[in-house]
Amino acid sequence: MFKEYKYPREAYGKTLRQLGRERKDIVVVDADLSSSTKTKFFADEFPDRFFNMGVAEQNMVGVAAGLATTGKTVFASSFAMFIVGRGYDQIRQSIAYPKLNVKIVATHAGITVGGDGASHQIIEDIALMCALPNMSVFVPADNVETEKIIRSIADYRGPAYVRLGRSKVPTIYDQSYEFQQGKASVLREGDDITIIALGIMVSEALIASEELEKKGISARVINMSTVKPIDREAIIKAAKETGAIITAEEHNTIMGMGSLVASIVAENYPVYVYKCGIPDVFGESGDYRELMEKYGLTSKNIIKAAENIIRKR
Amino acid sequence: MKENFVRSREERTKKLEEIALKIRRHIIREIYEAGSGHPGGSLSATEIITALYFYIMRHNPHNPKWEDRDRFVLSKGHSCPALYAALAESGYFDVKELLTLRKLGSRLQGHPSIKTPGIDICTGSLGQGLSIAVGMALGARIDRKLYRVFVLMGDGELQCGEVWEAAMAAANYRLDNITAIVDRNRLQIDGNTEKIMSLEPLSFKFKAFGWHVTEINGHNFNEIIDAIENGFKIKGKPKVVIAHTVKGKGVSFMEGSVAFHGKPPNDEQFKIAMKELGVENV
Repeated sequence: MFKEYKYPREAYGKTLRQLGRERKDIVVVDADLSSSTKTKFFADEFPDRFFNMGVAEQNMVGVAAGLATTGKTVFASSFAMFIVGRGYDQIRQSIAYPKLNVKIVATHAGITVGGDGASHQIIEDIALMCALPNMSVFVPADNVETEKIIRSIADYRGPAYVRLGRSKVPTIYDQSYEFQQGKASVLREGDDITIIALGIMVSEALIASEELEKKGISARVINMSTVKPIDREAIIKAAKETGAIITAEEHNTIMGMGSLVASIVAENYPVYVYKCGIPDVFGESGDYRELMEKYGLTSKNIIKAAENIIRKR
Repeated sequence: MKENFVRSREERTKKLEEIALKIRRHIIREIYEAGSGHPGGSLSATEIITALYFYIMRHNPHNPKWEDRDRFVLSKGHSCPALYAALAESGYFDVKELLTLRKLGSRLQGHPSIKTPGIDICTGSLGQGLSIAVGMALGARIDRKLYRVFVLMGDGELQCGEVWEAAMAAANYRLDNITAIVDRNRLQIDGNTEKIMSLEPLSFKFKAFGWHVTEINGHNFNEIIDAIENGFKIKGKPKVVIAHTVKGKGVSFMEGSVAFHGKPPNDEQFKIAMKELGVENV
């Protein structure tokens, strides 16, 4: 179904480097993980605008804020577990509250980090970042969308959080795709049910939708890459037109995108919502595909959920 | 904002002492009117903040965002009554506004925020200001700007690990445009810093982290100004001035008192405090 698989974090590094060529105000900080987050692409070409802060994420976030007060557009990167986990208070006090122009681009989010295990697998970052006033939250579905989102957030002044994974993901979009902040992308039309997915789960949703079609179930697929501000209209429309929603994300089912969707549906047009995600447990070491199987993050889980919902009608 | 009053060190001290007295009165009145706030650390930092805003720093109250201004970060955010008073006396806003501290809709929040003209960053969660200063100093380097970055930290706050991450980074990047000042009043909420979580030998800690260290009496203007200005001559490393101070300085019953770390004076205490600061009828 998919022709190529690529690393979104590589698209991030290349886009950052290109932005560095185009704009003098782009500055990047990292915490000893630049070869993994791919900010190294930028660092190698612009050593005067790149600062490695060592294994000290709290300070890195504060430094990013300080740089932003001097008019810079600052990208701060590390593994999601560490920049969000260790740096949460600094993100809150020094970036979100003063609404500074810092873009937190975190890689290696979710259980698909794989072998490193639960210590490195953040499953609660969407919850933490969405609950911060002034913060926008984005989860690109592939390398193309990563580039579009990075360019889009570089163009507005204010805080943003971008969540990227470690692994390769199938390329879904071509270069003609136009990303718009706060606007969901409908990848497939459908009338019986809607699957709203994020990140690596978007390709799983597309596979599920194709399989469901063979079984006579028409499933709409929406990529909700802007988690905040979320596209309420697309959610309410899906509830009205398809009567049920399945959310799919590599995040705790508690307080993830699924919870946001469910609350909007409950307030506006109550229909059945099933949340496909990590069931409030810590992950473990393993190959990322094996982990997705074990923790219920595959097209099969989406298909099963859809069939159950349709059967109950 | 070097005013034209520097004919002699004595005259300079006299003028700055007059301003410091006004700031102390504002601090007491602000906190009394607010019904809450932190007098102890505001009073201990009064001379430091006065020296910065009325002698050392280049800033323009009529253009708070002037891009070549020296930067000031109040990392010990709870001492903002002193900062607000200095900003008002400098002309950033009317001194009457000081009485809105901590009130609904005010630009003067309980801890510093960017709502206040002249304030660049929110502080209040301790231990974060030095990191901000490092970012500002790196920004100056990228833009080849000559502005200097000042950051005032409390001593209790030095127990935060982030301070030492930032101290390491400032030395690593040879940020000689940073001057940190530690308000070393030796008291934190739960008691004496050396009993709660010992900081000594403090100057050796900073030296070991690659900083130039000076220790002074933080209530003596000549010492404050000399320590900071002599520091400018030292290239290639960040500077810290450990300013030994008295918590609650200037109000007898607040001096050396842990109780007045975060408590306003009551009606009677307010009158006594103001009288001690030379105001008979409040």
